[in-house]
Amino acid sequence: MLHTFVALVEDKPGVLTRVASLFRRLNINITSLTVGNTEREEISRMTIVAEAAEDRAHRIMASLYKLENVLEVDDVGRHSAVVRELALLKVASGPETRADLFQLAEVFHARIVDLAPESLMLEITGSASKIEGLVQILVQSNHKILEMARTGRMAMRRGHHTSRVVEALGDATPHTESALAGKPKHVALDLIAEEDQHNSI
Amino acid sequence: MSNSGNPNSSDPAITSQPTLLTGAETLWATLVGEGVRDVFGYPGGAILPAYDALRKFPIRHILVRHEQGAAHMADGYARASGRVGVAVATSGPGATNLVTGIANAMLDSIPIVCVTGQVPSKVLGTDAFQEVDITGITLPVTKHNYLVSRTEDIAPALREAFRVAQSGRPGPVLVDIAKDAQQNSAIFDFEAAAPAPYRPHPMLRADSTSIREALDLLRTAKRPVILAGHGILHSRALEQVRTLAERGQIPVACTLLGLTAFPASHPLNLGMMGMHGESWVNQAIQQADVLIACGMRFDDRVTGSLATYAPNAKKIHIEIDPAEINKNVRVDVALIGDLKEVLETLLPLLPKRDGAPWLDAISAMKGDAAVRDIQQLPDNGHLYAAHVMHDLWRETNGDAIVVTDVGQHQMWEAQYYKHDRPRSLITSGGLGTMGFALPAAIGAKVACPDREVWVVAGDGGFQMTSAELSTIAQEKLNINIAIVNNGYLGMVRQWQEFFYDKNYESTPLLSPDFVKLADAHGIHGAHVRKRGEVVSTVQAARKHDGAFLIDFHVEQEDSVYPMIPAGAALHEMIRRPAGNPLVETASKA
Repeated sequence: MLHTFVALVEDKPGVLTRVASLFRRLNINITSLTVGNTEREEISRMTIVAEAAEDRAHRIMASLYKLENVLEVDDVGRHSAVVRELALLKVASGPETRADLFQLAEVFHARIVDLAPESLMLEITGSASKIEGLVQILVQSNHKILEMARTGRMAMRRGHHTSRVVEALGDATPHTESALAGKPKHVALDLIAEEDQHNSI
Repeated sequence: MSNSGNPNSSDPAITSQPTLLTGAETLWATLVGEGVRDVFGYPGGAILPAYDALRKFPIRHILVRHEQGAAHMADGYARASGRVGVAVATSGPGATNLVTGIANAMLDSIPIVCVTGQVPSKVLGTDAFQEVDITGITLPVTKHNYLVSRTEDIAPALREAFRVAQSGRPGPVLVDIAKDAQQNSAIFDFEAAAPAPYRPHPMLRADSTSIREALDLLRTAKRPVILAGHGILHSRALEQVRTLAERGQIPVACTLLGLTAFPASHPLNLGMMGMHGESWVNQAIQQADVLIACGMRFDDRVTGSLATYAPNAKKIHIEIDPAEINKNVRVDVALIGDLKEVLETLLPLLPKRDGAPWLDAISAMKGDAAVRDIQQLPDNGHLYAAHVMHDLWRETNGDAIVVTDVGQHQMWEAQYYKHDRPRSLITSGGLGTMGFALPAAIGAKVACPDREVWVVAGDGGFQMTSAELSTIAQEKLNINIAIVNNGYLGMVRQWQEFFYDKNYESTPLLSPDFVKLADAHGIHGAHVRKRGEVVSTVQAARKHDGAFLIDFHVEQEDSVYPMIPAGAALHEMIRRPAGNPLVETASKA
């Protein structure tokens, strides 16, 4: 089955390799992996989608947690979550096919973000199946896809759920010259206490 | 006296207040602060700044002959003492030579810290002379590793490395330090460099419900068996496991690495389980109705075929690493946490039970297969490895630290040397690294100079790292060496005998005269070819002040029995053929 994990990791060199290497070692192919900033400067967020037998989720999570740079792992596939992906599609298009593509874009809530004499570019956001739906229609309608780029999935749980790690950190002070930035960022839970100590000296 | 202590030792108070130090000085000052007294290493270009500063610090440096030896020594040091072992090497080939030793420590969860020099940070990634991506190479065989390119990061990285190596499930950590980071200066503040406290694995779970489930299983168990693993030593839970066994009158089967976690002479100790375990031990496991696995991981060498493993047993698994739960064997109750803590919660609630019927049933299974006292056998002129191990056990009162290599001799040692003292058997279990014994014994002797240390190695494995004889000579270490010499790569030959139609391809082995080899190093030695010479030669070695090597020329085509072929069920074992002078199986029951 397709597993979707969200991992909060330290924003340091080599962390991506450690995570990727773990899946390589388990001989699991990563379907998609997106990494980006979070509301906190020192933490990156990964959404990892991988195909593996259902009972391997425990092993994958437990192994991810064994990586020193991994702060939190959530098996979001098992919860109600918003899952989105973005795709850019460059489609061959002259004056005679443009109207059809504009119509398709409207139906799929895609946007035309570039228009050239012989091609146009579509930007579409949504679930993987929505994107695949657009691709299928394009192909079946004999449109030529010149290039496609997909971000891979990003996921976030619905509702007021927040990770324990982030909760322990308190309110976010995103992307400022916070005192936290220069600290050894290892255990998030203890950063605040440590900072207080330093302030009192 | 060898170089214990340095004349120019700085005041240990070096860690007490912030000081401007070079990175090289910071490295040693941090190690001193972490309680390190001995390191095993080999200098080279990228680590030279560190070596230049070494004499200012109260650290004994043991110069190895190959960096693999340094990693194994740190490993043996950690196993013998329970403290973190430290290995130092230069960049490039120095670092890559550590890798086997690091992997060995990883597979057996041994806390070591390896420090490597790295090319200057400005040329990182340029294929500079002796540059290798050692953090990349060791990523899958370390618990964690660090690439340090700034002087001010050295102390925090090292201190965190020590915490990571020892906390939770222990393991090796590598810290790779660029040459310029060693040369530049920064304020060294030991206290400020303290790592964040240990963050327990978030999936630990030993709640009251699971404890109750485990207790219910134990209370109604008719045929329980404790599976004692290496985790008992790591968790320092020897007392707790012993109480569990005694209060519940539960027999104990040990893994190879768990052999010293429960006294061999204890009446509840059945012995070693698994591929070369005694038949009744494996039979007891197969017939058990409850298994309590304590700090062990159901390795394929102890389970045999998983499909037929302990089919009637409910399994309780007490383990600190959540990734081990249900990995090989599906368990019924998982108590995920530190073994000692879990048992301390569980034990007060455990009622006494009467184990007599089950213990009697196991005793009955021993039958004639239990004829273990090979001393009673008439001397027929042959020298068997079993005799050597048995006599070595008797002569050393079972009191020595025995460091074994990998192969037949390792199994014979495990079968015939009865260990009553914790940490008195040091052996490469998970990785099965030939060449481990000699360097690991050096580490053990440095860690425990007052203990009697014996190397037990085969003629094959010994030659893989025999260069470390020079290290023994240079450091004047009193280590005794027993080579079980059968002229073959014995365990491989045994597999060829059983599974490859006795096609002894590439296993006959020509060796040098080991006694002459020892002599070339200024180490005394003797050949033993007859059973009658074993005891007197072992006595001579023990009496001798200094290292002593004994080359035991044993029966060439002897095999380790019983044996469960890889992948077979735990009770389907190959028994010693009748007519063999070792009475282990005698008549068929």
